[in-house]
Amino acid sequence: MSKSYETVIGLEVHVELATKTKIFCACSTAFGGAPNTHTCPVCTGMPGSLPVLNRQVVEYALAVGLATNCGINQTCKFDRKNYFYPDNPQNYQISQLYLPICHDGFVEIETAQGGTKKVGIHEIHMEEDAGKLIHDEWEDCSLVDFNRSGVPLIEIVSEPDMRSADEVMAYLDKLRLIIQYLGASDCKLQEGSMRADVNLSVREVGAAKLGTRTEMKNLNSFKAIARAIEGERRRQIELLEEGKPVIQETRRWDDNKESSYAMRSKEDAQDYRYFPDPDLTPVVISDEWLEAVRSRQPELRTEKLERYKTQYAIPEYDALILTGSKALSDLFEETVALCQKPKEVSNWLMVEAMRLLKEAGKEADDLVVSGAAGGSSTAPAASAGEAGAGDGGGAAGGAGGGTGAAKAAPQTTNKDADKGDGSGMASGSGGGAAGGSGGGEMTGGAKRFKFSPAHLAKLIELVDRGAINRTVAKTVFEEVFASDVDPEAYVEAHGLGMVTDTGALLKTVDEVIAQNPQSVADYKGGKEKAFGFLVGQTMRAMKGKADPAAVNAMIKEALGKM
Amino acid sequence: MGEKGNESILHLTALELGKRIKAREIGVAEATRACLERIRSADGELRSFITVDEAGALAAADAVQGRIDAGELTHPLAGVPVAIKDNICVKGLPATCASKILWNFKPTYQAQAAQNLLDIGAVVLGKTNMDEFAMGSTTETSAFGITRNPWNPDRVPGGSSGGSCAAVSSGEAFYALGSDTGGSIRQPSSFCGVTGIKPTYGTVSRYGLIAYGSSLDQIGPIARNVSDCVAALEAISSHDKKDSTSVDREDLDFSSALVDDVGGLRIGIPEDYLGEGLDPEVKKAVLAAADTLEKKGAKVERFSLSLVEYAIPCYYTIAMAEASSNLSRFDGVKYGYRAADYDGLHQMYKKSRSEGFGPEVKRRIMLGSFVLSSGYYDAYYLKALRTKSLVKQAFDRAFAKYDVILGPVAPTTAPEVGKSLSDPLQMYLGDIYTIAVNLAGLPAMSVPCGKDPAGMPIGLHLIGDCYKERNIIRAAYAYERTRAAELPPGFAA
Repeated sequence: MSKSYETVIGLEVHVELATKTKIFCACSTAFGGAPNTHTCPVCTGMPGSLPVLNRQVVEYALAVGLATNCGINQTCKFDRKNYFYPDNPQNYQISQLYLPICHDGFVEIETAQGGTKKVGIHEIHMEEDAGKLIHDEWEDCSLVDFNRSGVPLIEIVSEPDMRSADEVMAYLDKLRLIIQYLGASDCKLQEGSMRADVNLSVREVGAAKLGTRTEMKNLNSFKAIARAIEGERRRQIELLEEGKPVIQETRRWDDNKESSYAMRSKEDAQDYRYFPDPDLTPVVISDEWLEAVRSRQPELRTEKLERYKTQYAIPEYDALILTGSKALSDLFEETVALCQKPKEVSNWLMVEAMRLLKEAGKEADDLVVSGAAGGSSTAPAASAGEAGAGDGGGAAGGAGGGTGAAKAAPQTTNKDADKGDGSGMASGSGGGAAGGSGGGEMTGGAKRFKFSPAHLAKLIELVDRGAINRTVAKTVFEEVFASDVDPEAYVEAHGLGMVTDTGALLKTVDEVIAQNPQSVADYKGGKEKAFGFLVGQTMRAMKGKADPAAVNAMIKEALGKM
Repeated sequence: MGEKGNESILHLTALELGKRIKAREIGVAEATRACLERIRSADGELRSFITVDEAGALAAADAVQGRIDAGELTHPLAGVPVAIKDNICVKGLPATCASKILWNFKPTYQAQAAQNLLDIGAVVLGKTNMDEFAMGSTTETSAFGITRNPWNPDRVPGGSSGGSCAAVSSGEAFYALGSDTGGSIRQPSSFCGVTGIKPTYGTVSRYGLIAYGSSLDQIGPIARNVSDCVAALEAISSHDKKDSTSVDREDLDFSSALVDDVGGLRIGIPEDYLGEGLDPEVKKAVLAAADTLEKKGAKVERFSLSLVEYAIPCYYTIAMAEASSNLSRFDGVKYGYRAADYDGLHQMYKKSRSEGFGPEVKRRIMLGSFVLSSGYYDAYYLKALRTKSLVKQAFDRAFAKYDVILGPVAPTTAPEVGKSLSDPLQMYLGDIYTIAVNLAGLPAMSVPCGKDPAGMPIGLHLIGDCYKERNIIRAAYAYERTRAAELPPGFAA
């Protein structure tokens, strides 16, 4: 390479919001139902049906916008994006083009050089997801499942401020944590609740003008994004080196082949014929509504990190890991609230939980905090919105359907969540935020580990009062981790409690000494290792249920007498 | 019950019939059968209906009768048979919008306006003919045949709610629902000599109304006189959370405006509505009606409304833009017509839509797509939106001075069948007096005010400010009291 190049990257990130119901109707957003069971005339685009906006979508979008330092368009509108595709039942998508809800924000990322950098956010808009096409090659036909049709999304459009795959990763991680902390989404790339399109161009270092960019789609893991960025950067540089132009086009990344291919060029780009959706009135966000959302913003990662270091005296590295996942930090805080032993809790999570997750090929986000414990310190950002804001809160001044009618049309919005279900949003427990729903053990078909802070606290307490030793405790922890057992009941049922019968212990020590004369001789001869062997033999004979400190003392005493 | 008995039932107004049903003088089934027999004898020529639901109507009649007898149904229109335009979804009945593309579509859900009627004990006779997707002014663009004008079968009934107006005018139904995007209730009401109201935008829920131009569409009643029309309007009006543009109005009492008193009512006649292109016979009848109202105590004066010439391009730009998007869901994928032979998805779309839509609908989809396309959006669509707010401002100025704006509904009486479609631009110009009302979201009605020398009815257009239906109802009622009701020759007693 004769010249040196700079890569310029901007991202379009789609995030599926954690509402219980769809953006424009009352159908469930739950994943995994039989095809076309979570549908109604609205989300299948039947003629005559009309959309009604879910207020919770607005609140989540506002929460994300505020947390990413965005300006808020307190009067925003929905527009129709017109295109024909069978997964799109109306053949238009309701989105926001002309007046998106949030604009001109930024997030700060840490750079590889150890500094920080601002990545600008051009806008955040609300829109509906499409259905899913299933191509049945056997029958040679395509089937449509509209369960996902109308699931709410926000699209976060960044400025072209990133210069490397590392910065992209840092940006995505930052967004993921912010959104997870807000409870607005679980942000799982693999499961599609977070999706990123990469806009990339290269230019010679020092060039003032941006190069021609391409848009890369179908990136469903962090690794795929990193590989796609590297691959596309290389491809564009090669073109430029050969004196060929980069063509503005949309490309699809094939992660198996580690290469991309052109989907459509700019010339083929569709004209979406955007125009304001006449079925929806402008969304008018009153100062009161905005303030209500602002006041409910939970503690975000940066603040939490600081608090862990000061309040709990946790080392920076541990605090980074613990706060690096909303689920993990919820688990940590709820357990600490119960047992007041931050160091102990941190150790269990940092060492044992992380080890077990790694063995299972899972990440901290796969943890689900079971609802057994009391309220978390961090309620989901917008949870109170259901009850609090009501219809009046956001009541609009906007005239009905653009008629300019003299009297203000009320802003009719549908409210998220089935009213009958008191548990979900109202509980405010970490469960609602992290898992998307209290009982959501299965999300996206992936097994998640669900355990209760109460059980971890109990385990710590058992060790603390000497009811079990640490070795046993590790075994019990595995059970808590795998199936959320009550540690006390489990210890009882399996006879794992510490042997406190001194007579039995003394007898065992005597037997071990009698059976291992060589080791005794070695010890007497100055070989300290032999002592450990004798302790080990005694522990084994006691099936691990003895207090190692007591065993130590007894052997020492017995050997001293010899 | 013989033909003679049926005739006497059919000549009752909807409210009179409701009263007789309540008094147990006429049974609901009896009234329903009278309508069904009338449809059987008249509709071969008129084609007011696309679907007649004989079995369903008779079953509903029995059920309604039971609920009236049990004292559950007390609305003045309980038990009175109604016809519903075929773009309004009635659960279980086809909703074709008079289009081949929806020839087999049966909604599994109910339009809120239809539900409101069922709730008061209306008996639905069937679904009425219309211009395809409500695009037209003559009911000639229907894929299910042309509706004829009951006053003269060589004339069109107007449109797009031509089937509903012809059915009411000819005694096939006591009242009907129509929809009005640019005059589609008022113009056929005028042509068929019946009374129709387009309420303020947002008064009647659009849920279940298959959209043409969403920001302009409004459902309204058509009946044989003002009182029937008002009773039906009260029945269908409601705030509906399923429709974001539905307005929560507290003033849905329209009946109390039925007073024979226009003393002090300020009526303005736009000079702009009396100019070139207006048939002198229509002008004469309309001005005579204004004189009548003046004699009854109203203050009538002429004024200049302005912007009238911009209303037509503005209206067609907005309506077609919205239509091009609203109608994109008809693609042969999920329901409705799908072409028999196609190769791949793109061709399936193309052939299904090419074969499924009629020429007027295609014209509007194409024009609508054009005005929204990039590079033209600002010049056409955005400009039309700005013009729309100017039109609204012009009306605001007028309503600062007047309670009612009075004028003709259409420049002429009903044209002959087959004379309109060849010149769409001329046909669009025929909407000149009605469309501005939709652009501004205003309530307006058409009330019969005479006939031309050929015996075709003329309608008087009364326009009110937003949420001021009561003013136009008051004027309409007082005016109606000065005239004898007239029925078309084939139906008159």
